[in-house]
Amino acid sequence: MELITLAHGSGGKSSHQLIEGLFYKYFRNDILEQRNDASVLPEILGRIAVSTDSFVIHPVFFPGGDIGKLSVYGTVNDLAMSGAKPLYITAAFIIEEGFPLKDLEKIVASMSEAAKAAEVKIIAGDTKVVEAGSADQIYINTTGIGILPKDMNIGGQNAKGGDKILVSGTLGDHGTAIMALRKGFEFVTDLESDCGLLSGMIQEILQAGADIKVLRDPTRGGLAATLNEISQQSKVGMLLEEGAIPVKQAVRSLCEILGLDPLYIANEGKLLVIAAEEDAERVLAVMKNHPLGKDAAMIGTVMDSPKGQVYLKTEIGGTRILHMPAGELLPRIC
Amino acid sequence: MKYLTEFRDPALTKTLIQKIEKKAIQEVIIMEVCGTHTMSIFKSGLRGLLPPQVRLISGPGCPVCVTPQSYIDTAIQLTERQDVILTAFGDMLRVPGTEGSLMAQKSKGRDVRMVYSPMDAVQLALDNPHKEVVFLAVGFETTAPAIALSVDQAKKADIHNYSILQSIKTMPNTMEALVVEEDIQIHGFLCPGHVSAVIGVKPYRFLSEKYGLPAVIAGFESLDILMGIYHILDMMDKKDYKVVNEYTRLVSEEGNLKALEMITKIFEVTASVWRGLGSIEGTGLKLKQEYENYDTVKKLGIQMASEQPVKGCICGEILKGKACPLDCRLFSTACTPENPVGACMVSEEGTCAAYYKYGEFRD
Repeated sequence: MELITLAHGSGGKSSHQLIEGLFYKYFRNDILEQRNDASVLPEILGRIAVSTDSFVIHPVFFPGGDIGKLSVYGTVNDLAMSGAKPLYITAAFIIEEGFPLKDLEKIVASMSEAAKAAEVKIIAGDTKVVEAGSADQIYINTTGIGILPKDMNIGGQNAKGGDKILVSGTLGDHGTAIMALRKGFEFVTDLESDCGLLSGMIQEILQAGADIKVLRDPTRGGLAATLNEISQQSKVGMLLEEGAIPVKQAVRSLCEILGLDPLYIANEGKLLVIAAEEDAERVLAVMKNHPLGKDAAMIGTVMDSPKGQVYLKTEIGGTRILHMPAGELLPRIC
Repeated sequence: MKYLTEFRDPALTKTLIQKIEKKAIQEVIIMEVCGTHTMSIFKSGLRGLLPPQVRLISGPGCPVCVTPQSYIDTAIQLTERQDVILTAFGDMLRVPGTEGSLMAQKSKGRDVRMVYSPMDAVQLALDNPHKEVVFLAVGFETTAPAIALSVDQAKKADIHNYSILQSIKTMPNTMEALVVEEDIQIHGFLCPGHVSAVIGVKPYRFLSEKYGLPAVIAGFESLDILMGIYHILDMMDKKDYKVVNEYTRLVSEEGNLKALEMITKIFEVTASVWRGLGSIEGTGLKLKQEYENYDTVKKLGIQMASEQPVKGCICGEILKGKACPLDCRLFSTACTPENPVGACMVSEEGTCAAYYKYGEFRD
């Protein structure tokens, strides 16, 4: 089995072979073909959205995706959340010496496929190899740029009392699927990561002409962290209906066993929308119509006060605060 | 049966709350001993649904919270040894010692590993024959059987590089210690469901027979807890005090005989040091003499660190149900889940963490 060695990152012959044989093979496009230290892009008319993200997931291959697909969709999704149309991304790799070349090829092929699906070009890249033990297999950073329509104003600061909160599907799938694979568990589940591309659904929502205030993908920290951030940015309160929040039975069960809360668990292909009350039903219909949104639901309402607080009305009718998550999620003793 | 939905049925909840409202004529203080009860009560928002006369106070049933600081300090010292791999349940990693925590030690590159079962630690010992694998043996009758099993298996398999740092505690005598303490007022107990699954119903009988207190062994879903509260109020109303087992789907009269047998095979009763409560006779378990080789302290010839009180922290009072987290001046200012000062803020099950995390809805 051919392995990545320090020579692959040295800038010499091996590096060259890796770049030609792998990265150019899968990522080839007119801009990358310039082959210079910097890629020069054609003029972009309009406001530009930029986003960057590093991916350090373990394991690198998981049900429903891999680090490559995740690294493209993750950044493309972040761009889309501003209402931008994603155009280009860059890709930088930090690879641990000894990583199988075959696996790298699988990852690069997966990135290429994801970029095609997202209609973005990979326009610049970098590869570094570090000594065994200095990194965990492979890390990928992607940076993306997109173009914003002229009067687009979507952001976490725009939520107002009365607005409705919607999600595009079941929550906690990604984090739970990954956790079930971790060493020490022997859970047999059919859970898959929801790793998915949200820019298509967002374009459909925006084309419906609804008054969209906020778009977010609730990744790390889950729904709870995302809503807390928005409530602080917009200086509003929120009230969620626990019974309305879609969570898969398997996710619910696994979380129950581990003492975790699905609302705090990462998603990688779910969209959170805050829309004006009068447009909410229409937005929900658009989401439900999209292949990634069949489980979409309206889960709560924005309130003028108390500012910066998110409340959850439980299924039995009690109410509790949904706090910003603190620290790492750790399983409880008993 | 779908345990996650049927025992949280909104309509039944409403009916039970109405029945409780009718029974609650005077102020009643009920202690839920177990940390999982505390968490479940907050998570479901149950407190806000109960009539104000029914006061729920949280007891010392969170294993992390009752573990003394000196124990964590000893564990931290152990991680400084090159020949030791320290293993622990997940939420032990964040417990503050006098300086730092096991999580901080892990960040410094010390060999601290989170395990889901003590058997994983035994496996680790097999895989690392040149290291001493130490397991932090904490918890109640719930974790005791698995820890006992790990020692038993290690001995049978002739594994000599596995040992446990002991701080296992037991529940019934602790509850008695709370009952006899003069300034604690408790009218009834919600007995810990998981502990009861192991020890059964009998060990709680003294509550009604000796002290005339109603007690209910309850499960952890909203309806379980409400049924428990209702039974307690009903017994008080009829002045007929008993120990009622409401958690019959898991708890039998005798308990789990196999688990109990394993506990008594490996352990014997001893005094135990509780954070904030001090040493209480008969509330701990220690390895029997023939298993002493699995006692980290004896085996490595170390000394337990001494207990340093934490300034301003009232965890002890909170564990006894004498104070509520809101009475503590450190609560949510100096002491938060990110930077816990006292242990009650560390574990998900801790009273302070539950108050902080789930809060109470104030209109």
